Amino acid sequence: MKIRDYFRTGEAWVWVNAGAVTICLLMILGMLTLLATKGLSHFWPKPIMQATYLVDPATPQVVAGELADSKTDPVSRLQEANEPVPAGMAPTTLIDRWSIKQGNKDMTGEDFRWVTLPYLKQIQYPADLLKVERTSQGNVYGRLENVTVDGKTLSGQGALAQLQAAIARADDLRDQANDLEKGDLGAINYDMEQLRLEERKLQLKNRLDAAAQARIARERAELDKAFTAETTKLQAINTQLERDKASFVIADGSSHDVPVRQILYVTAPNAMGFMEKLGHFFTNFWHFLSEDPREANTEGGVFPAIFGTITMVFIMTILVTPLGVIAAIYLREYAAQGRLTQIVRIAVNNLAGVPSIVYGVFGLLFFVYTLGGSIDQLFYPESLPQPVFGTPGLMWAAITLALLTLPVVIVSTEEGLSRIPRSLREGSLALGATKIETLWKVILPMTMPSILTGVILAIARAAGEVAPLMLVGVVKLAPTLPVDLNAPFVHLDRKFMHLGFHIYDVGFQSPNVEAARPLVYATAFLLVLLVAILNLAAISLRNRLRERFKALET
Amino acid sequence: METTVMNPPAAPVTPPEAVHHQATFSTQVSGQRPAGLDMEDICVRTKDLNLFYGPKQALFDIDMVIPRKRATAFIGPSGCGKSTLLRTFNRMNDLVDGCKVTGRIELDGQDIFDRSMDITSLRRRVGMVFQKPNPFPKSIYENVCYGLRLQGIRNKAVLDEAVERSLRGAALWDEVKDRLHESALGMSGGQQQRLVIARAIAVEPEVLLLDEPCSALDPISTLKVEELINELKEQFTIMIVTHNMQQAARVSDYTAFMYLGKLIEYTDTNTLFTNPSQKQTEDYITGRYG
Repeated sequence: MKIRDYFRTGEAWVWVNAGAVTICLLMILGMLTLLATKGLSHFWPKPIMQATYLVDPATPQVVAGELADSKTDPVSRLQEANEPVPAGMAPTTLIDRWSIKQGNKDMTGEDFRWVTLPYLKQIQYPADLLKVERTSQGNVYGRLENVTVDGKTLSGQGALAQLQAAIARADDLRDQANDLEKGDLGAINYDMEQLRLEERKLQLKNRLDAAAQARIARERAELDKAFTAETTKLQAINTQLERDKASFVIADGSSHDVPVRQILYVTAPNAMGFMEKLGHFFTNFWHFLSEDPREANTEGGVFPAIFGTITMVFIMTILVTPLGVIAAIYLREYAAQGRLTQIVRIAVNNLAGVPSIVYGVFGLLFFVYTLGGSIDQLFYPESLPQPVFGTPGLMWAAITLALLTLPVVIVSTEEGLSRIPRSLREGSLALGATKIETLWKVILPMTMPSILTGVILAIARAAGEVAPLMLVGVVKLAPTLPVDLNAPFVHLDRKFMHLGFHIYDVGFQSPNVEAARPLVYATAFLLVLLVAILNLAAISLRNRLRERFKALET
Repeated sequence: METTVMNPPAAPVTPPEAVHHQATFSTQVSGQRPAGLDMEDICVRTKDLNLFYGPKQALFDIDMVIPRKRATAFIGPSGCGKSTLLRTFNRMNDLVDGCKVTGRIELDGQDIFDRSMDITSLRRRVGMVFQKPNPFPKSIYENVCYGLRLQGIRNKAVLDEAVERSLRGAALWDEVKDRLHESALGMSGGQQQRLVIARAIAVEPEVLLLDEPCSALDPISTLKVEELINELKEQFTIMIVTHNMQQAARVSDYTAFMYLGKLIEYTDTNTLFTNPSQKQTEDYITGRYG
């Protein structure tokens, strides 16, 4: 009876409710914390360990590198796996094992190495161990032996400073070479291609007369000349880049030359204080945000993916907002509220539940092949058989996602329209306004918060969507950004990179999954951050608008 | 149709040529003619007005004349059709699905249901103020010039002048002249209602329809609005629907009592409240029902 009274008070129900909320919060917080710690710790300079690995006392091996992972296994399992186990241990004894990222892939052939802890002796963190990040082949961990700058070899004191100076110079030259390749040479190549297309176009129209031929030949000669000049410049820079080299002694005692042109950053994490590490943390994070990926996306930054995601979401927003709002206005304000309208409304709502990959298939079949193919036939016959729009690209991805998010915008706009008090419409109409004037001057401004809510949801959905994008435009590595300085500046036909797909690609399609795992967390964290930033921007805009109409919502 | 209509108080029918204002009006008014109305200039006239919401009839054979630059009050119990009648004068009922009207309403002799009648210009001539203050979520200034902007007036000086005149006309100018560009939603309910009146008179209508304008206001604000109505009737023909009989007595020159969609009694306010000729009117004003 007492229990029954207790339940009748409803207190138990309150506890159940509160419990449900707590579980939700814990899961969300747990996810964010995991992503944040795992992702951000990637940027924190890790100490480089040096130790002697004594499996066979006769042949001691020196290992050096960063601690990447650890696990604990019982002796019996190690024995089954034919791993060396110290003698005299019970099969149930637990043994720690460490995974050491020892780098030097091209020198020793093994990037990661699992070691059994009892064999690991003399663990040290020497301050002179360096982490050398390279443009390819991963990191080098070792000590600087000497550095050769402009033919002069220097070792010992001051060599590191000399190396840093040489790296800065190489960095500068690399930037110049990059600017040339992507900038001037890119523009010349682009112009050449345009010229070729123009020639082909004239040919197709049978208007390639002598005058046009001469003009094209002249322009081509000019471009060729410019191209040669730029290539010579580029070669000069490349020769200069080859000048310096550095030599490192790695863990096993051997010495290896590394051309300075391959070196991006040299750091000595063991010698860093906390503040210095903090500084490097932010530098690393900035590099991650601002650089292109390297080595099949397992190293370097994700800038093209961020750029691609934002561009795609932006174009999608431009497409979906007017379309959704206009459709909602028709459904709510103009269409007779009969059975047909109701059916249309239900159909629209249900569109939001269609699996996104289905939109991807539709986008590929209809937009890319049918529409894009027709556009190519009609407007770009000169580039055939090379497709321009008849292949997945930024525009089709944006349109497909616009279609995917359309129901969200329609539903929330309709909701907003239905919430406008009737008295306001009448007030406007009573002053001699027509329906459309009332709509534009009174109703739409007041519906703005609801429209923005829809757009926010659309953005959040689109920014995180991956499946349809794989079919309609996203690639693992895009050679060029979809926006550049060559007219018409925004290249909607280009393929692009996307953070969501990048996560999938880095995490599961990369040749070096182990090395890329921290990047998966970091990219996932970044994606969450990006969606959060996009949302917060839209939400703050919406709240400012809402503030203006607050007094009416009574 | 005369069944629901009592005879007007004995008033000699003036020959047409005698009343120069009524040149365009027929004097053969078949409906209610309050005493003294023959001396008045007629602004609005309804004839055989029936209104249906779908199958349900809401107004029955309303025949009445509304004098120019006077306040005419409509009283009656809830659901008697007085608001519906008011909303018919500027064709607000057009917005209601399934609403059908038969008969005529003449504004200055012109049928407002005529095909040639432009509904927006009709509404400009017949302004309306609603039960609940409904200022737009814009600044006070923009609220007042909303109607003018709709007419394409962009000249700042003209707008400024109109805003000041309208706000003065609505007895609001002194309260808001320093915050014209602040949101209208920050005003009190009474101020909002006067703002809505200012907004309505800014477009210089002939007729002002007030649909229970004070029902959402406190007594002080109500008093202010009532004073305002007394001033406004020097310029505009005012029709006011109210639940409050004291209010009708205070502000109106003529009063119409309606019951179940029918016009029961229509005469000058004083007579209606002191000496009603119909039993139903008497029952209502003495509080026996309604």
